[in-house]
Amino acid sequence: MRALSPRFAPRLTALLPALLLSTPGLAATPDPADWQAVLEEARGQTVYWYAWAGEQRTNDYLDWVAGRVDERFGITLEHVKVGDTAEAVSRVLAEKQAGNDEAGNVDLIWINGENFAAMKENDLLFGPFAEALPNFALTRPAHNPEVVTDFTLPTEGYESPWGRAQITFYYDSDALETPPQDIEALLAWARANPGRFTYPRIPDFTGSTFLKQALIELTDQGEALYAPVEESDFAAVTAPLWEYLDALHPHLWRSGRQFPASGPEMRSLMGDGTLSLAFTFTPSEPAAAVADYELPPSTRSYVPASGTLGNVHFVAIPYNSPHQAGAMVIANYLLSPEAQATKQDLEVWGDRTVLDVARLDDDTRALFDLDQQNPAMLPPGALEQTLPEPHPSWMTALQDAWQARYIGQ
Amino acid sequence: MMLRLAPVLIVTLLVAPILAGLAMALLPAFGYLPALGGEAFSLAPWRALAAQPGIGRSVAISLASGLVATAISLAVVLLYLAAATGSRLDRWIRRLVSPLLSIPHAAAAFGLAFLIAPSGLLARLTSPALTGWERPPDLLIVQDPWGLSLIAGLVIKEVPFLLLMSLAALPQLDAERRVAMARSLGYRPAIAWLKVVAPALYPLIRLPVFAVIAYASSVVDVAMILGPTLPPTLAVSILTWFSDPDLDQRFLASAGAILQLGVTATALLAWWGLERLAARLMAGWIARGGRRRGETSLHLAGKLPILLATGIAFTGIGGLAIYSVAGFWRFPDALPQSVTLDHWAQALPSLGGPLASTALIALCSTLLAAVLVLAALENEQRTGRTASKALWLLYLPLIVPQIAFLFGLVVVMEQLGTRPTHGLIIFGHLLFVLPYVFLSLSEAYRRIDPRWTQLALTLGASRNAVFWRVRLPMLLAPLLTACAVGLAVSIGQYLPTQLLGAGRVTTVTTEAVSLAAGGNRRVIGVWALVQACLPLVGFVIAIGLPKLLWSNRRGMQGAP
Repeated sequence: MRALSPRFAPRLTALLPALLLSTPGLAATPDPADWQAVLEEARGQTVYWYAWAGEQRTNDYLDWVAGRVDERFGITLEHVKVGDTAEAVSRVLAEKQAGNDEAGNVDLIWINGENFAAMKENDLLFGPFAEALPNFALTRPAHNPEVVTDFTLPTEGYESPWGRAQITFYYDSDALETPPQDIEALLAWARANPGRFTYPRIPDFTGSTFLKQALIELTDQGEALYAPVEESDFAAVTAPLWEYLDALHPHLWRSGRQFPASGPEMRSLMGDGTLSLAFTFTPSEPAAAVADYELPPSTRSYVPASGTLGNVHFVAIPYNSPHQAGAMVIANYLLSPEAQATKQDLEVWGDRTVLDVARLDDDTRALFDLDQQNPAMLPPGALEQTLPEPHPSWMTALQDAWQARYIGQ
Repeated sequence: MMLRLAPVLIVTLLVAPILAGLAMALLPAFGYLPALGGEAFSLAPWRALAAQPGIGRSVAISLASGLVATAISLAVVLLYLAAATGSRLDRWIRRLVSPLLSIPHAAAAFGLAFLIAPSGLLARLTSPALTGWERPPDLLIVQDPWGLSLIAGLVIKEVPFLLLMSLAALPQLDAERRVAMARSLGYRPAIAWLKVVAPALYPLIRLPVFAVIAYASSVVDVAMILGPTLPPTLAVSILTWFSDPDLDQRFLASAGAILQLGVTATALLAWWGLERLAARLMAGWIARGGRRRGETSLHLAGKLPILLATGIAFTGIGGLAIYSVAGFWRFPDALPQSVTLDHWAQALPSLGGPLASTALIALCSTLLAAVLVLAALENEQRTGRTASKALWLLYLPLIVPQIAFLFGLVVVMEQLGTRPTHGLIIFGHLLFVLPYVFLSLSEAYRRIDPRWTQLALTLGASRNAVFWRVRLPMLLAPLLTACAVGLAVSIGQYLPTQLLGAGRVTTVTTEAVSLAAGGNRRVIGVWALVQACLPLVGFVIAIGLPKLLWSNRRGMQGAP
């Protein structure tokens, strides 16, 4: 297409719209299958990566990645700090509405769940590219279907896996000896210890995940959660959840009249000693926070025996990014053992790898040895019980229902 | 010739973007935005707005916090001026007012939050000895549903603003002679001031008061830190709707922006009503002729609140400093168990970029504003006309809520195809920097003794030479102060930077607010402290440079 003189290009595209529309995959230039060409095109590009920036450790890791990709591939990586991934999604959507199909501002997005669903539904993504990335094979998707599934939706190569999250509870072992092991026990514990537990304000993603976790444990129609919400009776499926929350809220921090804004803010409340029990979506966060002086050394983590919700988070490339080659090179670098092992390092970020460590060669596997000495870390094997994420439409529906029920009371 | 264009240019620069922005908020508010598939006018966005959970409460809080914060700030300032003018406290406060004004709203809000939170400094200092609290009490203090902490945060920042505006206006009134006259009739000093100076002062600071109402009823960053959450204030809700991935929410957000305009207008209208009422009451009080009663309590009411506000602001900044070096800090320890520079060491590598952007944007927008303002004022001097009517237009960016027109402005920019660049942000900041520079400089410029000019002209100097060699050097101190105010205003801007820069251009302020989402108080401490110190550099230069340059001419060193 590029070789065509601009005079002919419009005529040709006028002839081909049907073909282009029916096979968006073919329109994918640069082509990840020709990796050498991608590398060459990427050199000298500046990639704007829109990523949630609420966590200093994450930002520091992105800085580190920026240094590496500059050194190795001649790519300048700019971390555009967003408070909510939705901001980046709405920007791309606004650009599409304004007819900006080639010079978008966003080159790479840290994404999953309902944001991915929204982008894919509106044809805002470049791809498929992920499965053609050279390092993608290290994730062994045949053995780990979660790296190609995002909240029940198949990713179809439109996003590349980056890290893993799973709800992990943590508590101050000086204030609490035996933490509650399921959602019913949590209510009983909250009754006995008023004001010592809370969850982030909806629509924060950590808070919303807590709602889903509670719903999975409470409802007797669990299978309905894995299909779009329109296909089931929302009120009937979620009735036990609202009953539970109505009972729980009076015993929460601030009697449930106020909620922390985010998971990290909940962690600050733990650091003050205001809360005795909290949870995070990053299993190593409590251990990392002890190292950063944010939590007391008496902090311990656990995953309840019945398991907790977990998911994989991804990076995706908007359809109108002018630096798709650079973005792909970065996505591929993020999957390299070096980048994944550094990310998992407790000193750096502590986000778990998406690579299939058991199937790596011995030397590479050694990079991923976890520091089990830290008492705030989870015991080995704790993350084996992972509950899959419900369909993304449930998240939005639960958020709306929660807000209608508890805002302005 | 060029000079005559300056006022026109200023008005165009300020008014055109605001009108364009408002228009692009108004159309989608009634369902019309072809780019998003809104082809026909409808009331659907308004119905959606009315159906938002807690919308009534959001509006009520925005309205109430705007009015109450303004009323308290104005009362604090007037009582202080009545009770303390000429005292030692007065000299002290006047020296502090510029640094206080320079603290960005977000930093001051964080400082307050760290101070009064249930686990904050105050609770730590008094626990467990006085309170018996071994753990932070479960009290709704920061982000309370009634917006009290939001109001407190606003008062702390608006008191220095109104005080500075009053101090600038007072010389026109010859307050000392008025008070002396009243005292010769037997009035005690503070009562005399309130009865003979305050009624004359108020009309002069009315526009700044309106600006405070508009700001307080529509503020975003302070409300995000201190305001209620379930639901938040209207302005914060609008921000979340605008950034929703579901673009249909843009219609709802636009309707919200217009509603915000209505809320601010209602607040101004209500204030106008209160003015009438206050005027009646004052007239009765003055006519009754009481000369002594209440003098002692006036002295207390004048000095205590301002001391409290100043004290809280500076202690809050101190709290930020402690948090920025704190190791683990368990409640109720008054001080951290250990002190570490880790947080600073971690932040330093990422400080450079935002610092450079902040400085570049602030310097450029302030310089542009200073040149335009000087041109307009010089034009005024030469033509002998004062543009009193146009002053309202100058206040437009301060009275129209940012959130109401900025999103529309972004849509306009998107349609025009402008890329988010530093230039665009500088232009956006100019909207807010220019009015403040004008306000800070105009009085000094107009008050300069015309005999200096006449003398220079009779000595054969050209008009341009008079400007460069007489007026400008004589005005160096106020000009630098105006520039320092401009820098402070630019440094503190959050919404214009975030929206016009598409989030790509990070300044110290956008960084501080986005890190606030992470809730790590130590990191917030570092960034808020940097944010608070940056404008201070400007004020240090503004006060220090004239002293250095004019070390042999005391009259030109300017009042602090």
